[in-house]
Amino acid sequence: MVKKIKNLKELSLSNDRFEGANLMCPGCSHNIIVREVLNATDDPVIVATATGCLEVCTAVYPKTSWDVSWIHIGFENAAVAAATVSAAYEVMKKKGKLPPATQKMVDEGKEPKIVAFAGDGGTYDIGFQSLSGAFERGHNFMYVCLDNEVYANTGGQRSSSTPIGASTTTSPAGSVSYGEKMMKKSMVEIMADHGAPYVAQVSPSKWKDLIKKVQKGFEVYGPVYINAQSACTTEWKHAPEDTIEVSDLGVESCVWPLYEIINERDEHGIIYSTKLNITYRPKNKIPVEEYLAAQPRFRHLFKPENRHIIDLWQKAVDTRWEYLQRREEAGV
Amino acid sequence: MAKKFELNEVEVWDGNMAAAHALRQAQVDIVAAYPITPSTPIVQNYSKFLADGYVDGEFIMVESEHSAMSGCVAASAAGVRAATATSSQGFALMVEVLYQASGMRLPIVLTVVNRALAAPLNVNGDHSDMYLGRDAGWINLCSYNPQEAYDLTLMAFKIGEDPNVRLPVMVHQDGFICSHTAQNVRPLQDEEAAEFVGEYKPVNTMLDVANPVTHGVQTEEDWHFEHKARQHHDLMNSFDTIKKVFNEFKERTGREYDLVYTYKMDDADVAIFALGTTVESARIAADQMREKGIKAGVVSLRVLRPFPFKEVAKALENVKAVAAMDRSAPGGTFGALFNEVSATMLAHGKSPVMLNYIYGLGGRDTTIDMLKEVYEDLDKCAKAGKAVVPLQQFLGLRGPKLSFY
Repeated sequence: MVKKIKNLKELSLSNDRFEGANLMCPGCSHNIIVREVLNATDDPVIVATATGCLEVCTAVYPKTSWDVSWIHIGFENAAVAAATVSAAYEVMKKKGKLPPATQKMVDEGKEPKIVAFAGDGGTYDIGFQSLSGAFERGHNFMYVCLDNEVYANTGGQRSSSTPIGASTTTSPAGSVSYGEKMMKKSMVEIMADHGAPYVAQVSPSKWKDLIKKVQKGFEVYGPVYINAQSACTTEWKHAPEDTIEVSDLGVESCVWPLYEIINERDEHGIIYSTKLNITYRPKNKIPVEEYLAAQPRFRHLFKPENRHIIDLWQKAVDTRWEYLQRREEAGV
Repeated sequence: MAKKFELNEVEVWDGNMAAAHALRQAQVDIVAAYPITPSTPIVQNYSKFLADGYVDGEFIMVESEHSAMSGCVAASAAGVRAATATSSQGFALMVEVLYQASGMRLPIVLTVVNRALAAPLNVNGDHSDMYLGRDAGWINLCSYNPQEAYDLTLMAFKIGEDPNVRLPVMVHQDGFICSHTAQNVRPLQDEEAAEFVGEYKPVNTMLDVANPVTHGVQTEEDWHFEHKARQHHDLMNSFDTIKKVFNEFKERTGREYDLVYTYKMDDADVAIFALGTTVESARIAADQMREKGIKAGVVSLRVLRPFPFKEVAKALENVKAVAAMDRSAPGGTFGALFNEVSATMLAHGKSPVMLNYIYGLGGRDTTIDMLKEVYEDLDKCAKAGKAVVPLQQFLGLRGPKLSFY
């Protein structure tokens, strides 16, 4: 049964399986997203995390911030870990060897929700192989990418999610460089093209949209990919209290469009329909410049010699927004 | 329930088939694997058992060996019996996760069909991968033929899962020479094997929703040292469980295993210390040397990790010269086995002449005649009371003789 949540206060109080008492930076989006995901359901949750900020800040022996079963193996294997826990669950269910409390839960018609959390490094880069494999094999789990567009845990190096023009420690802006040279990889479409039944992009600032998508994801059988915008105070260099504001600027400028892709499949996994839905449409689409201006990682783009990168950004965002709308209209 | 597999008293199996049957009889819940020569037939056979209803677990054909071991770690942490097989480059890709498995104290079983490491790429057997992973905190068992690969794989589950151990176990066998050579194997019947291995009783299972658990925490210097010390302590103490399981197996089958294997060592003056299939050839060479009046013996390890220091020292206490045979490229020092055996002897106040032979790399054939040459070298050194041949020699290498020190 899908959990009903009336307002943000009720959501924040509804379950406490992830403690705010952890070592994450003030204003970190990871905390907000994890709580939103876990609070989207009252069913038991089992979590796998990749190496990254979330892992190193929330399970430092002998303490843990998690009141759910939790595993960390490595940087590149959160997907296979969650997928195999899911497979282990299926095997034990089939063999009738689940632990008594878990069996009782199954008898009551509930299923544990198995979730992997990883940053963009563990998703777009080093973990991509295991993620791709786990999705291709169709395991029943949800993968949430906490996309802060940088290797934040190791000190702010570029990843293949870092957008063009961002200054990072390995793509620094300097007298002859405007920073990162490559465009960001389109992870949502890549994962949808694996045939996953449900793929969505979310922002913690639009919490109702996020909850709804996570709940939808929990309802389908098979691998689900959620790409969550995760503003990073340390590497985006905005003030901790501005996290949600900055996230919202991303949504309102369509830099971070909120949408979902639903692959309807028959029992053999043959996809007979692919639908893209835009789930939030800004009333007044703001210029990309406002999003960039809010983050000192892009400060150098406002120098005259780098203005062309801002123009390029605007062009890329507009083109993408157009593409998403056309796909939605076409129902493909 | 899985179907019973009707087995003859004697089956003709190669090492891979023997290992596959051991995994089947242990009723592994999850095998996550990726194919690599020469270990591939283990998981191929296992999937066929699954397809025919002889196993009721799940086989997950993952996209890499890194994921194969990661899958085993997560499955084991979830509370199920997990196993896989690999060789060489695949083993190398697993190395990162091997440490995770032992650090998390998960009794996974890994059957390793030993093979050379590239470059040059080579699919044949040597022990490079064995040495690459020996310090990963796993128990390492060594088999010399298909029967032993079968026996030790069954025992691996029982050893690793013992509450006093809770560590992953590797079972090694030589690529092709053992893995692809059919021999007579006496298997246990399914019920007997299942009874011997026992039900898997997981601890701290992630699937128990009433008792959430945390696996794979982070530590700093305040705890890491204690964790690693405890892990080492328990690994060193696993000898007792290993011996106990060896004994139980002997009672059931009559087949005897010891931490250290010895052949004609009671009165030996010279000994070959080797691992894997070479042990069988060395036995024949020793017999032939004894006909010539040279008191030759053979020593090998059944348990490479934890390293049975005392038993090794005891086995070699009266010999005058020992040849440590390393079937892996030494990489700029003495061979790995040479270093370990020498250190053990020195620590026990014994100093036989120690020679190091590098042999059989990339599957190069090692003949009984070559091993007899080793015994002759040893005999010369034993009689002289010192090394009168080079300390490190490459055995069976074409071209000018290659030796060092």
